[in-house]
Amino acid sequence: MRVANVLDLGVKELRGLARDPAMMILILYAFTFSVYAQSRSMPETLNRAAIAIVDEDQSTLSTRITTAFYPPYFVPPVLIDQYEMDARMDAGLDTFALDIPPGFERDLVAGRVPELQLNIDATRVSQAFTGGGYVQSIVTSEVAEYVEGSRAVAELPVELALRARFNPALDQGWFGAVTDVITSVTMLSIILTGAALIREREHGTIEHLLVMPVTPAEIMLSKVWSMALVVWLATAFSLLVVVRLWLGVPLAGSLALFLVAAALQLFATTCMGIFLATVAGSMPQFGLLLMLTLMPLQMLSGASTPRESMPEAIRTIMLAAPDTHFVILAQAVLFRGAGLAVVWPQLLALAVIGAACFAFALARFRRFLQ
Amino acid sequence: MSEPVARIEGVGLSFGKVRALADITLDLPAGCMVGLIGPDGVGKSTLLSLVAGARAVQAGRIRVLGGDIADTAHREAVQPRIAYMPQGLGRNLYQTLSVRENVDFFGRLFGQDAEERARRIASLLAGTGLAPFADRPAQKLSGGMKQKLGLCCALIHDPDLLILDEPTTGVDPLSRRRFWELIEAIRAGRPGMSVIVSTAYMEEAARFDWLAAMDGGRVLATGAPADLLERTGARDLDAAFVALLPAERRQGYGQPRFPPRTTVDGEAPAIEAEGLTMRFGDFTAVDRVSFRIRRGEIFGFLGSNGCGKTTTMKMLTGLLPATEGTARLFGREVDPHDMEVRRRVGYMSQAFSLYTELTVRQNLELHARLFRLPRERIGPRVREMVERFDLAEVVDALPDALALGIRQRLSLAVALIHAPDVLILDEPTSGVDPVARASFWRILGELSRQDGVTIFVSTHFMNEAELCDRISLMYAGRVLVSDTPAAIVAGKGSATLEEAFVACLEEAIGEEGGGGGPAPVAEAGLAVPRKRRFDPRRMFAYSFRETLELRRDPIRATLAMVGSLILMFVIGYGINMDVENLTFAVLDRDDTTLSRDYVLDIAGSRYFDEAPPLVDHADIDARMRAGEISLAIEIPPGFARDLDRGAPVEIGAWIDGAMPARAETVRGYVQGMHADWLGRKAREAHGAAATAGSFELVVRYRYNPSVESLVAMVPAVIPMLLLMIPAMLTVLSIVREKELGSIINFYVTPVTRLEFLLGKQLPYAVLALVNFLMLTGFAVFVFRVPMTGSFAALALAALLYAFVATGMGLVISAFMRSQTAAIFATALITLIPAVQFSGLIDPVSSLEGVGAAIGRVFPATYFVTIARGTFSKGLGIPDLAASYLPLVLAIPVLVALGTAFLRKQAR
Repeated sequence: MRVANVLDLGVKELRGLARDPAMMILILYAFTFSVYAQSRSMPETLNRAAIAIVDEDQSTLSTRITTAFYPPYFVPPVLIDQYEMDARMDAGLDTFALDIPPGFERDLVAGRVPELQLNIDATRVSQAFTGGGYVQSIVTSEVAEYVEGSRAVAELPVELALRARFNPALDQGWFGAVTDVITSVTMLSIILTGAALIREREHGTIEHLLVMPVTPAEIMLSKVWSMALVVWLATAFSLLVVVRLWLGVPLAGSLALFLVAAALQLFATTCMGIFLATVAGSMPQFGLLLMLTLMPLQMLSGASTPRESMPEAIRTIMLAAPDTHFVILAQAVLFRGAGLAVVWPQLLALAVIGAACFAFALARFRRFLQ
Repeated sequence: MSEPVARIEGVGLSFGKVRALADITLDLPAGCMVGLIGPDGVGKSTLLSLVAGARAVQAGRIRVLGGDIADTAHREAVQPRIAYMPQGLGRNLYQTLSVRENVDFFGRLFGQDAEERARRIASLLAGTGLAPFADRPAQKLSGGMKQKLGLCCALIHDPDLLILDEPTTGVDPLSRRRFWELIEAIRAGRPGMSVIVSTAYMEEAARFDWLAAMDGGRVLATGAPADLLERTGARDLDAAFVALLPAERRQGYGQPRFPPRTTVDGEAPAIEAEGLTMRFGDFTAVDRVSFRIRRGEIFGFLGSNGCGKTTTMKMLTGLLPATEGTARLFGREVDPHDMEVRRRVGYMSQAFSLYTELTVRQNLELHARLFRLPRERIGPRVREMVERFDLAEVVDALPDALALGIRQRLSLAVALIHAPDVLILDEPTSGVDPVARASFWRILGELSRQDGVTIFVSTHFMNEAELCDRISLMYAGRVLVSDTPAAIVAGKGSATLEEAFVACLEEAIGEEGGGGGPAPVAEAGLAVPRKRRFDPRRMFAYSFRETLELRRDPIRATLAMVGSLILMFVIGYGINMDVENLTFAVLDRDDTTLSRDYVLDIAGSRYFDEAPPLVDHADIDARMRAGEISLAIEIPPGFARDLDRGAPVEIGAWIDGAMPARAETVRGYVQGMHADWLGRKAREAHGAAATAGSFELVVRYRYNPSVESLVAMVPAVIPMLLLMIPAMLTVLSIVREKELGSIINFYVTPVTRLEFLLGKQLPYAVLALVNFLMLTGFAVFVFRVPMTGSFAALALAALLYAFVATGMGLVISAFMRSQTAAIFATALITLIPAVQFSGLIDPVSSLEGVGAAIGRVFPATYFVTIARGTFSKGLGIPDLAASYLPLVLAIPVLVALGTAFLRKQAR
């Protein structure tokens, strides 16, 4: 293997990429605007939830409760009759339906502990949980204000001081921005290397390379280093300029450590790109395979939902994917400020997976060339 | 003379900035063989596609068969009388379909019934000698057979005008001769039929009745071949064509003449092959080929496409390891790992493999480096090549911007950059004009005679074959003859090299009956063109073919069937809102019964798992940083004592905020448990007195009592998958035809746009329904999502939705040209709204602005409602009536849009 060949061929890949405006725009978009949009559009957990109220009490208190629901958490409540409730929920018009029973105010003051009924459409899991909590606290505070002073006994004076570490305001945008960077790293590195290989084959230049004094390993490595470099630089730029400066997300840990991990991750994913390109015969087939590969990587890596809530089998399988380790590492380093002492197992795992991917892709690439 | 079959008046055409045709005026005579001659890229194909009605006229007027071809009504009326065989061997054929299926498809396109098709196919296949191969897939046919199949497909409807665009390019001399004999026979049976042919082979053109020579988008001259020869005083048409070119284009023409070889025979051969054999599965591509090529010799290889020439060359260069036999270069066996041998070989492949993203200079430099020229030699060597191959003017241009002839020179320069001893050239001159070809061969002569380079070259042109020192003729993987051109001619006692080769081929394949049988006789009077607005037969032609193709394409079929299941599995577990098994730890500075009671509440819930207790604040920090715990609880010293006294106490809770959504949920849990604990303690302490002003909120989680993500997500994921994959397959099925060129069959046959689209849509809608059954079965039996409502209601919606999804594919396909773009665009257009705006995660009622507008229009929204209603809410058709209406409406709207945007002609 000659390093000079790897370098020369890699430079050729970079020149080729520079002449492909569509790819350049895709890279630019993925690492700037997409990150920005993703960060800014992450919805609050509860946003404009649809609520209907059946007010059978028609008292001052029930009116107070009704007017306590307003945007952005809830849409202004629709007042309905009890018989409408089921039909509306069946049609999916309301996510919440609160039934205030007759004599609610009277029973409350009398200490008879009346029951309020809250129906939640639990097929909308995203709102069901948090929304229930919000309804509870809104009603409680309205009731508390109403009966203030009329209580016989004071509450127990135990405060719960809740503090969120690493992201005190629980700003979804911080998380969204970093998740998007991670997704883009995987997606672009696979697309760029895979497309570079398929393009060469479709243009017939790969055969040409083979009659020259270069080995398959040199050809593959040249694509790996050049495309990984492009994505790596874009990642660094995106974190420093877009995430930190533009979006103002405080990145806690060592950026250098993260970028070392990103390099390892890119080594693994670019090899995966080569592998996929050898499996797919043509660009369209590559596109289809890409979807079937990228979606599991992204959704099951723990980047979008916590790994804890996945079944054991899936968690174990996903340990073989580089993304899983990269996501764990990125969250530890960028949000929690963890150092090498904490994340070395992930670095090691990435290195091992990268080496395996390389060996596998190279074997496959050699066969593909024949 | 009768009225011309086509009258072309002032026709011009541009592709973007490129002028393909410049103001052409031409009358093509009827009832005879008309030839358009000239090299590649001069506008022949463009002109023919205009005459066939496959391409829209930009400027000027073309009258074909007595009417304006730009007039839709006339085009529809004459299309059943025209047959068009586009350029590129078998480009309008379907490679995975068998010979019979291909012809059958064309018969259906012309609305023929089964009985008529069977009769015609039998007669055509018998007449062309294809009958024994009726069940062979088109991709496995030889060049000559593909071309005959193309002809069968064109003749299925007895056309009055037959348009053949370079029908014989890439076909061996015998097949070519047989092809023209076949055409003659057909013309004899249908005397009124006009034939228009374009060709780059001047030898063939000499036999036509009337010729138009073209160059640079213009007509140079017209007339009978004899007229053209007489007018130019040339010996043959090649020379006549060159004589017709403008003076500056003519420079450097002249048949090259090489001096005899000077090297002594008997020295070690440069290239040597012994019993070289290559098998792919049970197909023998190259069968025991042996030859020895001496140093400095020009060794030619002749044969049709697919006869094994390229495979042999690949084995010689080490690209392909031979199944049997040996190849030697300079006495050393070819070893793919031997870099030394590679440095002595220059290779130029059919496709002129140049890096189109690098300039001419960069191409040369890169190759020089890869061949390890010393750094100081690179500059001078590149300059030398630029000068020798006359590339100085274009040195900073990109290869794609160059004319074919210049690209070919550049390719040769690249192959020669490292001064190799052996040059292997795979059809280096196909498609290049005679002047450029002549100068190319002059360079080859210099290399051989002056520099002693051994040249191994394959070609289709006889006049090039004559220039070789020795030549081999290959057929079906075997070398039929190998000698000097003169010896071959003498050996067969024929007048020309071509005749000698034809004789060789006839000997070799006589037993196969090549031309065989009587020429297909036209069934006069039977071809009454049916005029029907909508013909189900034409529509099913596409459905039927699409189904066959899908069955034979494993990747697409897999994606269609398994892809959606994989994705459902991934999403079912991936979009999971349940937060369970969270680890937490306690820093209990009080350590009393009361504080332990507080912790027990948390530890006992199903959401939290307790980790070993914390030691101090630093421990909280370290373990949370390492991601070991998601929640830390700190109970202050004197907690129980202070509480007892009624003094204010504060419990600290730290949540890992790295993943905000999870943190929110944790916060909710902790707050809830805290409130519960307080309420319980208050009741224990004060009894009923504590209850004044308190109420109880009874929460009923409806439809999904345990609030499981799977139950909520799976029914909503089905609409998403049923949209994306069928839409994508539909888009691909149409865009694929555009990219591969077979869309031309839609352009030039009487199929209407609606028939074409519905025909394409039908198989994928059926596929979507099968997918639906699989997904539903998977949801019920694997994910255990209960189906509480009416399955019939869900199935009805799925039926409608299958047509909506494929209908969206039809609309998208109208705007896409490449398959790659189609995949990404379809994914974007279907996936994002389906995930974000159709109620999968956030209910449509809680969306705002554009998102809400999209959500209300997007069909997936309504199917999500129906899917959730039938799966979780126990509903049936009457309860969901309002959600069916939008789906019913969407189908005609989408099909109408698709039809409106689809073009029936190329632009």
